Amino acid sequence: MSLNGWLQITLFIAAVLLLAKPMGIYLTRVFNRSSTFLDPILLPCERFLYRLTGVNPEQEMRWTEYATAMLVFSAATMLLTYLVERLQHILPLNPQHLPNVEPFLALNTAVSFTTNTNWQSYVPEATMSYLTQMLALATHNFWSAAVGMSLAIAFIRGIARRESKTLGNFWVDLTRGIFWVLLPISIVFSLALVSQGVVQNLRPYDTSKLVEPQISISSDGKTSTITTQTIAQGPVASQEAIKMLGTNGGGFFNANSAHPFENPTPLTNFLQMLAIFLIPAGLTVTLGQMVGSPTHGWAVLAAMVVLWFAGTFTCYWAESQPNLMLHGVNQHVSELQSGGNMEGKEVRFGITNSALFATVTTDASCGAVNAMHDSFMPLGGMVPMVNILLGEIVFGGVGAGLYGMLIFVIIAVFIAGLMVGRTPEYLGKKIEAYDVQMSMLYLLIFPLIILGFAAISVLMPTIGLASLANHGPHGLSEILYAYTSATGNNGSAFAGLNANTPWYNNSLSVAMFFGRFMMIIPMLGVAGNLAGKKIVPASAGTFPVTTPLFTLLLTGVILIVGALTFFPALSLGPILEHLLLRAGHAF
Amino acid sequence: MSSHANRRSLFDGKIVRRAFFDAFAKLSPRLMMKNPVMFVVEIGSALTTILLIADFATHKTGLRFNLQITLWLWFTVLFANFAEAMAEGRGKAQADALRQAKSETTAYRIIKGEVHEIPSSQLRVDDVVRVTAGQMIPGDGEVIEGVASVDESAITGESAPVIREAGGDRSAVTGGTRVLSDVITVRITSNPGETFLDRMIALVEGAERQKTPNEIALNILLAGLTIIFLLAVVTLQPFAVYSGAQQTIFVLISLLVCLIPTTIGGLLSAIGIAGMDRLVQHNVLATSGRAVEAAGDINTLLLDKTGTITIGNRQASEFVAAPGIDERTLADAAQLSSLSDETPEGRSIVVLAKEKYNLRGRELAHLNAEFVPFSAITRMSGIEVDGRSIRKGAVDAIASYLQQHGSGLPTEVRASVEKIARSGGTPLVVAENGCALGVIHLKDVVKGGMRERFDQLRAMGIRTVMITGDNPLTAAAIAREAGVDDFLAEAKPKDKMDLIKREQADGKLVAMTGDGTNDAPALAQADVGVAMNSGTQAAKEAGNMVDLDSNPTKLIEVVAIGKQLLMTRGALTTFSIANDVAKYFAIIPAMFAGVFPVLNALNVMHLHNAESAVLSAVIFNALIIVGLIPLALRGVSYRPMSAAALLRRNLLVYGLGGIIVPFIGIKAIDMAITALHLA
Repeated sequence: MSLNGWLQITLFIAAVLLLAKPMGIYLTRVFNRSSTFLDPILLPCERFLYRLTGVNPEQEMRWTEYATAMLVFSAATMLLTYLVERLQHILPLNPQHLPNVEPFLALNTAVSFTTNTNWQSYVPEATMSYLTQMLALATHNFWSAAVGMSLAIAFIRGIARRESKTLGNFWVDLTRGIFWVLLPISIVFSLALVSQGVVQNLRPYDTSKLVEPQISISSDGKTSTITTQTIAQGPVASQEAIKMLGTNGGGFFNANSAHPFENPTPLTNFLQMLAIFLIPAGLTVTLGQMVGSPTHGWAVLAAMVVLWFAGTFTCYWAESQPNLMLHGVNQHVSELQSGGNMEGKEVRFGITNSALFATVTTDASCGAVNAMHDSFMPLGGMVPMVNILLGEIVFGGVGAGLYGMLIFVIIAVFIAGLMVGRTPEYLGKKIEAYDVQMSMLYLLIFPLIILGFAAISVLMPTIGLASLANHGPHGLSEILYAYTSATGNNGSAFAGLNANTPWYNNSLSVAMFFGRFMMIIPMLGVAGNLAGKKIVPASAGTFPVTTPLFTLLLTGVILIVGALTFFPALSLGPILEHLLLRAGHAF
Repeated sequence: MSSHANRRSLFDGKIVRRAFFDAFAKLSPRLMMKNPVMFVVEIGSALTTILLIADFATHKTGLRFNLQITLWLWFTVLFANFAEAMAEGRGKAQADALRQAKSETTAYRIIKGEVHEIPSSQLRVDDVVRVTAGQMIPGDGEVIEGVASVDESAITGESAPVIREAGGDRSAVTGGTRVLSDVITVRITSNPGETFLDRMIALVEGAERQKTPNEIALNILLAGLTIIFLLAVVTLQPFAVYSGAQQTIFVLISLLVCLIPTTIGGLLSAIGIAGMDRLVQHNVLATSGRAVEAAGDINTLLLDKTGTITIGNRQASEFVAAPGIDERTLADAAQLSSLSDETPEGRSIVVLAKEKYNLRGRELAHLNAEFVPFSAITRMSGIEVDGRSIRKGAVDAIASYLQQHGSGLPTEVRASVEKIARSGGTPLVVAENGCALGVIHLKDVVKGGMRERFDQLRAMGIRTVMITGDNPLTAAAIAREAGVDDFLAEAKPKDKMDLIKREQADGKLVAMTGDGTNDAPALAQADVGVAMNSGTQAAKEAGNMVDLDSNPTKLIEVVAIGKQLLMTRGALTTFSIANDVAKYFAIIPAMFAGVFPVLNALNVMHLHNAESAVLSAVIFNALIIVGLIPLALRGVSYRPMSAAALLRRNLLVYGLGGIIVPFIGIKAIDMAITALHLA
């Protein structure tokens, strides 16, 4: 660890916190349908869209209607994506003449992008045509992010409204989320990326001569000399912007944000990380604004910052350690090298920005990577996994992070709220049996899917273990990480596991699907139920949700309830690997 | 009487013995199923027992460890059952005490004017009985004829007899109480077994106990956590197999039982029963556990001024003489005019005069005086003695009386009258022989210590509203003096009802006390309605609690008991969950360090060996239930303070304490069983 590294980390979080308030206030105005500076351009578009689709923007929806609209929309867009993938060969904008995507892979990818996971079981530049990337995948980045944002807003309304049956109109929230928030910021962000060298074209791939030809030895022992390299092209900048802003994380290229065409400079790296946290941080301020308790919003944000810091510190510390297996190699920080564990990291990012990126991308449900998590030190690699296992509530996915965090708030308020001698209240809403039931259902999905599928996988040597590149605790981490990433709708991969097999493609699809929708439905149930309640006015007897003590309590509940669930599994994965590595065993 | 008179020692020998046997009786799966957490432990215990027998039959190794685990798992279930049985036993003891008042008596039923002697158990609703001095009242009923003094000490503990009379708010009588004087005719209002007391006893015993809303919610949380940890443990075995460190079922079940929230799961129903019990110790009976819980949530407390905030009657506090009149003269006249005035106000005037000017009360008979009683027409009372004609009364009555005598009320006197009225007092003007002497200041006296109690309530976030029939001016003055937050003046029963509805519409919970029939609708509407036992049957039916002592101030204690109940649940839940941290550090290294010695790094407690580590965690988990029984039964200590302060304190004690205590406890148990060579 170095001063320079800590300065960069401080600069990053300072920028996030500075932008949170203006972003949050803007989001509040957008979803309250108050006036904004973009109205002259966007209002006519919005009105036109509603007229075209027959949506009545004044019509309020109950939580069940809201959920149904969301599910119908998701199903329709998923089907569209599947069809585009399956028909890309006959569709335009396919200069490389890539064949149609295989059915299981196409389904896995459709589910993946619909659920805001962007798990990629394929090499994009060798699988997806430009049309598929733009029409099926990039648009999904907008849709799934806007869906997440709408859901968070619906949840906030549930808390803020009193004796109301409805949570707003899904179509309006979706439209405004895309028009007012995602599109304008993405356009500006894309241009910024292009200025730094991110490509944006529809050209066929370039072929260039290698300066130094490479000798390749194939598996049957034959040697061949490689003299040319194919350099993939495409409309990258436009997809890159929403990939980060919408916490989607699906790379245009296989190397994701480690690829120089996706993330060429330290500045783009900084902006990409900032974009991941921009909306999630803003939404905490929106929460405070909409429920009429700005301090509560800050208290929630503070809990996020605490957990973010814990992750960043651990990951940065772990990666700064020299790899014990490299005896006699100078791995110290100097002007000429980053020091620490540089395996699987880009030299232009170094230890600090790789560790920070890994923490940020898994705190949120982004899943973009600029370094290979598989090559992290055991504890460094555990940080991304734990971040996702906690429920991606540290800032979290666009919208999904906030509503996930609020479920934890409800559980924390329920457990500790009793200790002040009253039926637990959250911002004047009594937390009763139904709310607890739905919140527990929400929390059950994670261990059920992640631990369940991982356990089944390790029990099936031919199907589950055959795709593993590593054995021992690292192999277990790889399987755990895959299901964690899918269920958490993160999409980052630990690599080392070939997931493009029928078992993994299908079970991961189920994991992504359940991890998204089976959690949204109970969450909306809580929102709908909360909306119908009276608001008990605050008094000295009210449970405080605005104090540092509350932040501490919330953090504690997340760590105890969230992490303890997975401690036994982790102890046989990364923790064991860490201890074995210290004793001189690597996997 | 002291509200603690019914308190009994926590571990009464008889109750402990009964609870010991009940703990085994409660092992029936049909009963255990109601408690998901402990049911899981029971299934685990049964499973290990079967495996143990199989191991024994096949002469497997490790029997000593497996036997100990199995035994301690059963102990965990039994300890939880014991806690519940203890709470129920204490409730039953209370109920028995109440039931003694209900022994079979003879009733004298009147049918068409004839008296028939029948056992009280044959009485039915609407039967009419006659009860004479020295007899027990055979059932709950209403006095329809006569007036009598009744000894209700059997249910209230209050030895002073109370008056029960036909009509009005003092007509209700309770079965099992004794008539001390006179004869009353009572119409029976409930069948045997359904009397008020019967229902209360059933509730106290826990026989009819239904889970309260908050308890249901908490049970769901605990069941959810149990499922989560079940998933964590069930999937651990495949991971262990993959890692080449397969575990025995005994160890896996031990881990599961240690992780699921057995501490709160085992004590939850005991906490609920004990809450009811504490209420009974304060001589308050609740019709449901729900009411006790609601008491903790109260936002607004409606308190009647008279009898609750003030000591019932106005008292003379000052003599303000008219110009040129000696204060002593005024006091003397006032005392004379009040000598035969048997109202509390009248007596207080005599007393004040005596205290201030050492004027002794004189016997009317010796004075040869003629007393002028108060009449609705003159609205004055007074005395004719030795040619002196003294009158006292309200301002306008005396003013017109003076006018008849050709004089008027001096402006100075009028000014004093206004001043007294403004301060919340009641002025009484005294005149002698057509000339005003001055004013007596009758004052509502606020009970001692009320201001402090209201300050405490305010700190807890509870708003107090004083209800009074006084005019707003008087009400405001008393409200200020007593320190209540708000008042409702010139209140009619409907106003009270409207106020409750208004508060409830704002999402607030309202508590009130009442005794009269006209209080019944408001008592029913309030979230917590405490009826006075001295009140009418209608009031008692409408409320959800009855105070046997008929002490309206007790509402404040009721609120505290409700809060304590919820706090105890929260504290033990937090404690239970926080315990898991230490248990992980005990069991996980024990499970896997055999195959991966590096995992001993997690054995931060340096437990002796794998078996002792698992055993220590299981034993700690079982013993902590027993250790916390006193806390569950007594409730966590509670002092009125703001929610923020309470949270800080309880989080520190039960949250942080819950993390630290098991580290110490497990280490100590490990040392003990190592020393005893048990593992």
